[in-house]
Amino acid sequence: MSTPAPSIPPAAGAPAAAAPPTDPNVVNVEVNGVAIKARKGQMIIEVTDQHDVYVPRFCYHPKLSIAANCRMCLVEVEKAPKPLPACATPIAEGMKIFTKSKRAISAQKATMEFLLINHPLDCPICDQGGECELQDLAMGFGRGVSRYTERKRIVKDKNLGPLVSTDMTRCIYCTRCVRFGQEIAGIQELGTTFRSDSSEIGTFIEKSVDHELSGNIIDLCPVGALNNKPFRYNARAWEMVAKPIVSPHDCAGSNLYAHVLRGKLRRIVPRDNEAINEAWIADRDRFGCYGVYSNDRLQQPRIKRDGQWLEVSWQDALVATVAALKTATKSGGDQLGTLISPSATIEEQYLLARITRHLGSNNIDHRLRQRDFRDQVSDPVAPLLGCSIADIDTRQGILVVGSNLRMEVPIVAHRVRKAARKGASVAFLNPAEYEYHFKTAAYVTAGDALVANLGAVLAAAAAAAGRQLPQHLAQATSGVNVTDAHRAAATAISRKPGLVLLGQIAQRHPQYADLRALAGGLAELTGAALGYLSEGANAAGATLAGALPHRGVGGKDVQRAGLDAQSMLSNPRKAYILFGIEPSKDLANGNAALSALRAASVVCFTPFVTDELLDVADILLPTATFAETAGTFVNAEGLWQSFDAVADLPGEARPGWRVLRVLGNELELTACDYRTPSDVAAALEHELGTAKDLEPGTTVYRGSFAPGAGAVGAALAELDVPIYAIDAVVRRSAALQATALAQGGLRGGV
Amino acid sequence: MAARPTNQVCFETLQFGKESYSLENYRKIGGYEVWQKVLRGELTRDAIIDEVKKAGIRGRGGAGFPTGVKMSFMPRTAPMQKYLVCNSDESEPGTCHDRDILRYNPHALVEGLALESYAIGATVAYNYIRGEFMAEPIPRFENALKEAYAAGLLGKNIQGSGIDQDIYTFVGAGAYICGEETALLESLEGKQGKPRFKPPFPAAFGLYGAPTTINNTQSVASIPTILRKGAQWFADLGVKGSGGMAIFSMSGHVEKPGNYELQLGIPFPELLEIAGGVRGGRKLKAVIPGGSSCPVVPAEKMMTLTMDFDTVRAAGSGLGTCATIVMDETTCMVKTLRRLARFYHAESCGQCTPCREGTGWLHRVLTRIIDGKGAKADIDMLVDVANKIEGHTICALGDAAAWPVQSFIKHFRHEFEYMVENKGRSVVDDLPQVAA
Repeated sequence: MSTPAPSIPPAAGAPAAAAPPTDPNVVNVEVNGVAIKARKGQMIIEVTDQHDVYVPRFCYHPKLSIAANCRMCLVEVEKAPKPLPACATPIAEGMKIFTKSKRAISAQKATMEFLLINHPLDCPICDQGGECELQDLAMGFGRGVSRYTERKRIVKDKNLGPLVSTDMTRCIYCTRCVRFGQEIAGIQELGTTFRSDSSEIGTFIEKSVDHELSGNIIDLCPVGALNNKPFRYNARAWEMVAKPIVSPHDCAGSNLYAHVLRGKLRRIVPRDNEAINEAWIADRDRFGCYGVYSNDRLQQPRIKRDGQWLEVSWQDALVATVAALKTATKSGGDQLGTLISPSATIEEQYLLARITRHLGSNNIDHRLRQRDFRDQVSDPVAPLLGCSIADIDTRQGILVVGSNLRMEVPIVAHRVRKAARKGASVAFLNPAEYEYHFKTAAYVTAGDALVANLGAVLAAAAAAAGRQLPQHLAQATSGVNVTDAHRAAATAISRKPGLVLLGQIAQRHPQYADLRALAGGLAELTGAALGYLSEGANAAGATLAGALPHRGVGGKDVQRAGLDAQSMLSNPRKAYILFGIEPSKDLANGNAALSALRAASVVCFTPFVTDELLDVADILLPTATFAETAGTFVNAEGLWQSFDAVADLPGEARPGWRVLRVLGNELELTACDYRTPSDVAAALEHELGTAKDLEPGTTVYRGSFAPGAGAVGAALAELDVPIYAIDAVVRRSAALQATALAQGGLRGGV
Repeated sequence: MAARPTNQVCFETLQFGKESYSLENYRKIGGYEVWQKVLRGELTRDAIIDEVKKAGIRGRGGAGFPTGVKMSFMPRTAPMQKYLVCNSDESEPGTCHDRDILRYNPHALVEGLALESYAIGATVAYNYIRGEFMAEPIPRFENALKEAYAAGLLGKNIQGSGIDQDIYTFVGAGAYICGEETALLESLEGKQGKPRFKPPFPAAFGLYGAPTTINNTQSVASIPTILRKGAQWFADLGVKGSGGMAIFSMSGHVEKPGNYELQLGIPFPELLEIAGGVRGGRKLKAVIPGGSSCPVVPAEKMMTLTMDFDTVRAAGSGLGTCATIVMDETTCMVKTLRRLARFYHAESCGQCTPCREGTGWLHRVLTRIIDGKGAKADIDMLVDVANKIEGHTICALGDAAAWPVQSFIKHFRHEFEYMVENKGRSVVDDLPQVAA
């Protein structure tokens, strides 16, 4: 039905196909004399794009609604009295379209002349130069010399905040940025004011553009009116090399291009991937990268001798590291605790897990902000989404439990919004009120009673379905106060196909085990999938690589479970390895962890040096950020995405996998002679076998944890980690830290 | 020549003098009788539409589209909310007849809205009135609505007929473009008044996405009379292709400017005479026959025309809103065109590139010519720019801005050349006897 119609190969000079259409959904048209079969309801521009006939355009964007206001795509259609906009004219049977006829070209050239009369033509000082749609099309459709001799109009620039720079005189009023706000972000932050050539694009009342996806208007803007503010005047488009990478900040695994000039990462733009991020990326992905060039990069290995820090060679540092680790584990590996970032590459996680276990310890964990591990035996093989990212669009019922969704995984939030716009019932159960720009089916604001409220939703769903809950859940849901909001949430999640999403607030919750058991029960009862919004870019990879105390590679149980991230700090060890972690910011109960670390021998693999690390650590090893290392992330739908190093390392810093490989050799770890990260990944894949291939829908809860047993206490205020505080790199991005979202007040979104 | 019949459709209540707008006086001419027939179930939807079609009334808002045909486009039986919207955003320069209908005979509009709403299957009608009418027309119309509700002529289940009909007033904020029907809908929805791309047309996707018919005030206000006195009577008032009477807004250099409700097809010289002839007995130079957007017609040609849609169109212009702007021999056509260009420059909504950029270009070049800094080549460039706006935009404002430029230069090129050659001096400055 919606399969792309095959085109008839163009026969030279052949007349339009005369055969009547047999399929009512197929329409015969002729483009520049070539007969084409197209799908009914398509616009001319969609047909021409499919068949590589280029029609110039500015306002048209396949992801946005049709505006038909730029008038650049005017084409000639036989029998039409006027040239018609290709973007807004639906094809009809027998239509003869001419995109390069005299009339079409004359209309297109006329539009170009109008666009240029008030354009400043300041290409030499414009960041858009070289990647400007207006510049490109002016080459084909503009005049060499302007006929316009009157004064040009100028437009005052707007201050849209720290992310997007404005040169509004360059604006051609295509309104892509306006439609992005209305249609994609869900909140119109930009609009047009005034009329005629006094029109302006702006916020009307002076304010910044704050939505977490707002940076995409930079890519949408066909000219240099909206640009990347931190990148301003940093490089010309043609000097840089575009290298594909993957988002290091969240579990969506958005596809990115890193634009690199002379070894330095200058900016990040989206790499289109319909299955994941479509054409969009979060501001965190786009502007987070500037944290890489923070002043506190660690340039040289350091070791602490008698309370004094010394800069040493890698050799000395590694000798000291081996000595420290061997000393600590002399009387048993159990004295070693290893914590690794969920945003480390799978190669790093695999190597560090191997080293930790080689030293006789199972005390390794990547679940840094998790507090409640009581039901960890019921964890799925990997914390996946329950369905593919693209499939979220088609879900009919979604219940989000304990998640500041837009701040946690903006791209997934966008997909959830898309589903809602298509008619899905989306319900939320959260400790606080967060802003969503679509009609929610139910919003339960639970405060600190998340468990009781989820129990109430489950009870409502069971009552609606007329079903008995299993024993372990029945007790937890008996006597809960079921309100209309709970019933509405239960109705929403009962629509099929459904998806229960456990967010990061839920996973950090002191009663996570209770929440998960209830959510699992709800998913089972309603036939919905159960999904997880995991922390970091590679939590799924970390579980596969065995960076867990109770499981080895591929989820295989270990003989004797080690200590989890919380226990290994509350039961102090003699030595710790920290990989890519800033303890007080990345760990649950971080400040309490500091005293345990201070008393122990601590080896830190870190790109950054902070007072806190200088205080608690004994050895600092300078490693790469995401930009400087090759590796692999496994995203929330189980997709393995590998990338190369794109930027040069500062000073003596080295990629983490390489340091770990040398350390493994020094510790006489067998089969540790990898030469490249792909060797490491290949070894892991070999060990995983078929377990490598993850299906996002396999996260069914099979446990039987009885909610209510022995809750763990913790401060609820710490559960919602602000969007731009999530990892060490974004915390160092000055632009992101200057946003309203980081400055507070907009924690639940704009 | 026998006296022409006048004031028989929308201005019929003017016979009552000062209180022409009261419900009482409207009832005296048979007002609301047709609506009562509908409420009694004696008049079907199809009968109303057929009658309006037969009357041959063409839209008075400028485009001249047959009103009855437009009504028949509505999916009348579709089971969804449908709307009727009346366009009282009368802002075409030279046009002022809707204002006087609102002031002197608002009940004709109220009844017309009720009748047309019923015919197209709408239960809600909006009257979008331009904000500048705040002083008199809006209160008069509001008061008429109040009277109609109080008399049990509007509301829910009116007089037990099962018919619902509500009418609401909406006041615009003073943008010319909101007279364009889809811009009007956007404005009515609370958005910026920017025309929508068509298709889809309002009859399929109009106000709030629902099927909608939009009609001009005079067109709607004529419907009760058509149904009361019969389609044939109405059609016979006018000529073939232009049924009925229309209100001619006579402005410019005439002795008695004002609104005259007269038969369509009236010869222009007669119309001019009714308006008192050219001011001060001067010579006629040119006429814009249908509101400022219509191409200008030189005097000689104009004096041969009859005022109906087809004749004026054949003469290369349009009857538009029947707003007739008369210019005598002292008129500088360059300055007149600059004034018109300034209007379109100010009123372009700014959406489409050619209109947003082109209207300003035209205005600036004309200003430069008047400032004495023009060149011969500018004149051809003006026409070229106008040609590049025309037909390249979403709505007709682009055309409206282009047509005066094209026609003024076509018919009065010598005046433009004279001004360029004489560094800003107008041809009329050098007329032998210049009065004032």
